[in-house]
Amino acid sequence: MISSQLPALQIIVPLLAAPFCVIIRNSRATWLISVLASWVTFGISILLYLDVQTLGVISYEMGNWAPPWGIEYRIDSINVFVLLIVSSIGALVSLYAYPSISVEVDENKHYLFWTSYLLCLTGLLGVTITGDAFNIFVFLEISSLSTYVLIALGKNRHALYAAFRYLILGTIGATFIVIGIGLLYLLTGTLNLYDLSMRLGDMSLTQPQLAALAFLTVGISLKLALFPLHLWLPNAYAFAPSVATCFLAATATKVAIYLLLRFAYDVFGQSQIFSELPLGEVLLILSIAAMFIASTVAIYQQDIKRMFAYSSVAQIGYITLGASFASHTALTSSIVHLFNHAITKGAIFLLLGLVALRIGQPTLKKMSGLGKSMPWTSAGLVICGLSLIGVPGTAGFISKWYLILAVLERGWWWLAFMILASSLLAVIYVWRVVETMYVSDSDSRGDSHMASTTSPTSMTLVAWLFVTSCIFFGFHTSFSVEGASAAAKVLLEYTK
Amino acid sequence: MDFLDNINYWIAMFQIVMGLFIVIASENLIKTLVGLGIFQSAVYIIYISPAKIFGGTAPILSENYVIYANPLPHVLILTAIVVGVATTALGLALVVRIYEAFGTLEEDKIQEIDLEDSRND
Amino acid sequence: MSETSIFLSLAIPLGGTLLISLTGEKPNLRDSITLVTAVCLLLVNCTLLPKILNGQRPEAVLMELFPGVDLILKVEPLGMLFALVASGLWIINSIYSIGYMRANKEKNQTRFYVCFAIALSSTMGIAYAGNLITLFLFYEILTLCTYPLVTHHGTHEARHGGRIYLGILISTSILFLLFAIGWTWHFTGTLEFVPNGIFNQEQLQTSIPLILMVLFVFGVGKAAIMPFHGWLPAAMVAPTPVSALLHAVAVVKAGVFSIVKILVYIFGIANLEKISGGSWLMYTAGFTIIAASVVALKSDNLKRRLAYSTISHLSYVVLAVALFVPIAVMGAALHIVAHAFSKITLFFAAGAIYTASKKTKVSELHGIGKRMPITMIAFAIGALSLIGIPPAIGFLSKWYILSGAFDAQENFVVAVIIMSTLLNAAYFLPIIYAAFFRTDDNSKNHGEAPTAIIIAMASTGILSIALFFFSDQIISLGYQIAGAY
Repeated sequence: MISSQLPALQIIVPLLAAPFCVIIRNSRATWLISVLASWVTFGISILLYLDVQTLGVISYEMGNWAPPWGIEYRIDSINVFVLLIVSSIGALVSLYAYPSISVEVDENKHYLFWTSYLLCLTGLLGVTITGDAFNIFVFLEISSLSTYVLIALGKNRHALYAAFRYLILGTIGATFIVIGIGLLYLLTGTLNLYDLSMRLGDMSLTQPQLAALAFLTVGISLKLALFPLHLWLPNAYAFAPSVATCFLAATATKVAIYLLLRFAYDVFGQSQIFSELPLGEVLLILSIAAMFIASTVAIYQQDIKRMFAYSSVAQIGYITLGASFASHTALTSSIVHLFNHAITKGAIFLLLGLVALRIGQPTLKKMSGLGKSMPWTSAGLVICGLSLIGVPGTAGFISKWYLILAVLERGWWWLAFMILASSLLAVIYVWRVVETMYVSDSDSRGDSHMASTTSPTSMTLVAWLFVTSCIFFGFHTSFSVEGASAAAKVLLEYTK
Repeated sequence: MDFLDNINYWIAMFQIVMGLFIVIASENLIKTLVGLGIFQSAVYIIYISPAKIFGGTAPILSENYVIYANPLPHVLILTAIVVGVATTALGLALVVRIYEAFGTLEEDKIQEIDLEDSRND
Repeated sequence: MSETSIFLSLAIPLGGTLLISLTGEKPNLRDSITLVTAVCLLLVNCTLLPKILNGQRPEAVLMELFPGVDLILKVEPLGMLFALVASGLWIINSIYSIGYMRANKEKNQTRFYVCFAIALSSTMGIAYAGNLITLFLFYEILTLCTYPLVTHHGTHEARHGGRIYLGILISTSILFLLFAIGWTWHFTGTLEFVPNGIFNQEQLQTSIPLILMVLFVFGVGKAAIMPFHGWLPAAMVAPTPVSALLHAVAVVKAGVFSIVKILVYIFGIANLEKISGGSWLMYTAGFTIIAASVVALKSDNLKRRLAYSTISHLSYVVLAVALFVPIAVMGAALHIVAHAFSKITLFFAAGAIYTASKKTKVSELHGIGKRMPITMIAFAIGALSLIGIPPAIGFLSKWYILSGAFDAQENFVVAVIIMSTLLNAAYFLPIIYAAFFRTDDNSKNHGEAPTAIIIAMASTGILSIALFFFSDQIISLGYQIAGAY
């Protein structure tokens, strides 16, 4: 009985838990509610994942209104994969969060943090699970609005301004998306994604369709921080509380990428936009620009969180690069990287959260000698850094390998060369940190400001869980690669 | 008259461009929010215009009415308006906090303070 | 049985790593664990030797990395030889390190031994790698775990040296090697090391194998072929035991070993002849030999001179393979061994001189042979072996390479070898001459280095000669390599 309602519960559990937090207000109690809710959510998405493995596609009719009139939750290999990523990270981060939040957010605002956290989780899961275009917009706004709050809760006053800027840009992006959806609705009279793709498939490319595509692409690109629409991201990541940064970096942009894939490949259909329109080429050029320019900017950052934020922009470039090809290998590489990057960046920001507990906002200068005072955290950062570079034995290598294969399949060996060259930039910005932590002339600084405080066990454990999975998924690729491969297959053969 | 037939779309387009211009050009945070509001409300017009049928009514099953207007866009836009209100409210709340923290609402001044702070770090 | 031996050869150093880091507080215990680990590793490798000599090729699959690509270890003669050399010299080097690190009161000794053990584990991984991905994995681990060793002192120079070291090795491996591996996979659909190579006749007609060859050769930056040799002198900021084991044995040899392995087992010696333009490798290697020797001649810093000498001798190995004839490939394998023993002796001597007298320059060594006779005799043996004078192992390898050159009728190679032998003599003999026959102009009083250092140095010196007389096993391994295609 309950198993047939899983798709709805996936959203309803965190959504209902959020108001409870507002009512209860006690810091620890709200935390417990959030942990409980997010773990239940995680459990549900595991069950959904297993269901999809056996059943293929799950279609759930909200309130028993049959699609395409009612809202349909449609779960297939790709969005169940994303659901699993988002909910697992949501669950683990909530477990990690308590000590970090106690230090970084005022006690009387904790319940607000948790409310926003749960709403953000709801929004992200909703965007992923729903099969209805307007529903996507609504959930997107739920997640965005709560994201603005999460960022603004940062202690530094710049967090407020960063949140405001993100609010302006994010709203413009969301409005673009809603215009695009509106145009599609005017054209087809339906909002159901599957229905839309069937109807659009028959039409030849018309002017309004082009306009809709343009609005949607730009809007979603803003949300996923595709270069050069990434301006909101660095400051937002840098000044948000560590927990929020970690959660957002690992999930929010990933969900936006899923949206882009869904619209580009399924709704419009790859044959239309890749053969008749230069969307592939545009994405390709922007991705390459992101890989090089954002990485280069990252090299010059002093603030470590901001540096890794720029690195995120660059890494998103690899994901969109894979998406610009319309081949099975390329999409697989894109989705694998979506997964691997979520783990890697999640791990990095979790570790930086531990660092922030000791030294405040981590800057390069303050991190000198960290290898001595926080050996485990530093070692974890090195491992994740290697994964960002794509050293074999880490998750990052797997995605890079598939990306290169996809590019070579196309016969574009120069592009493979560029991908590798851009990962050398990652070597530079990662190694700046490694060098500062381990090889510094004056180790005295390191000892003075952090005396003998130990890191909270729960935080360390969760952070290391992420770090070990960085290595684990560098060797055991069956889950990530097979999941991605199945997802890519769905994208390419949606309407067939 | 083609132009007058599509007058509401022209207005919407004008509103979009005007809203975006205000967002980009104004230095004052409140004015930026105003621009955002104008921009968003253009979308409402885009959605509602095609759903309006002259002489049409809500889809009520009755023999007296033959022409129905599609209610769905109206419902959607109600949702969008709610979202818009929430955004504006949150934006204004942030503006209040920014004013408390920085003592100004001018973007260039806030950025100046930003730079100073990062230099002091 | 042999499968467990293969696993053990990787696991023993790693287990040693764990124990070393746990016993960091007790230096004596920690250092003995290092020694015991090293001995165990050699013994395990020795159990594999008879099987290889019998023509068996034991293999062990670690895991499936992605569909169609396993992480696999496979022992073949060349890898066996390399593994034996590296693990054997690790024992001697550990003795030396203990003496050196204590005498010079180095900091962070535990980290030093830990990284050393990891480096050895990954060297075993490289030696036994059964396909390109496995090779690449351990190759990168080796680069990364030796970085802390290079920057051990934590000074400004160490940091700078570390940057160059890591910069060149990582960039070449990612830019060229990984690219070449990806392309090979795309082109042939396999990454296995197979005797005779993996390209079929049709594929050999295209220009892709030649491009791949260029990428592979330059991608293995550890082989220090010009212009990617800069990391080797830069890495000399490390403590001498690091330079000795890693930059005379493990790291650089991993480089040339990888090149030989790729050329023999991915391309196949017989196929290489068919690749038009393949002779560029010979000329590049020849140029590197001569140019590096000239630089060595001009360097006054002893370690720097040895570093450039290393660069030149690494290219000997590449040059030998580039002849594409069996006997020269055997010479290449032998030279890996010969250079390992001789060069480590030279580095040991340089470290001993530094420990005893804090001298680092060639021009300061006048008359030092009288104060440190054993050190300088060992130095002389190493130098003579590298010049190629019997009865030292260096003669043997040079002999095979030369006969390979005559076989292939490559006058260029013959000329390069003769010229570089002269240059070798020119940069080594004056040191020996000055040490023994010039009068000491420095009144500072010092004797020999600590005993541990002397023992280590003497044993490698003696081995350099002994191996000349007891080279049957090495040569029969060499024949198997040469017969591998």
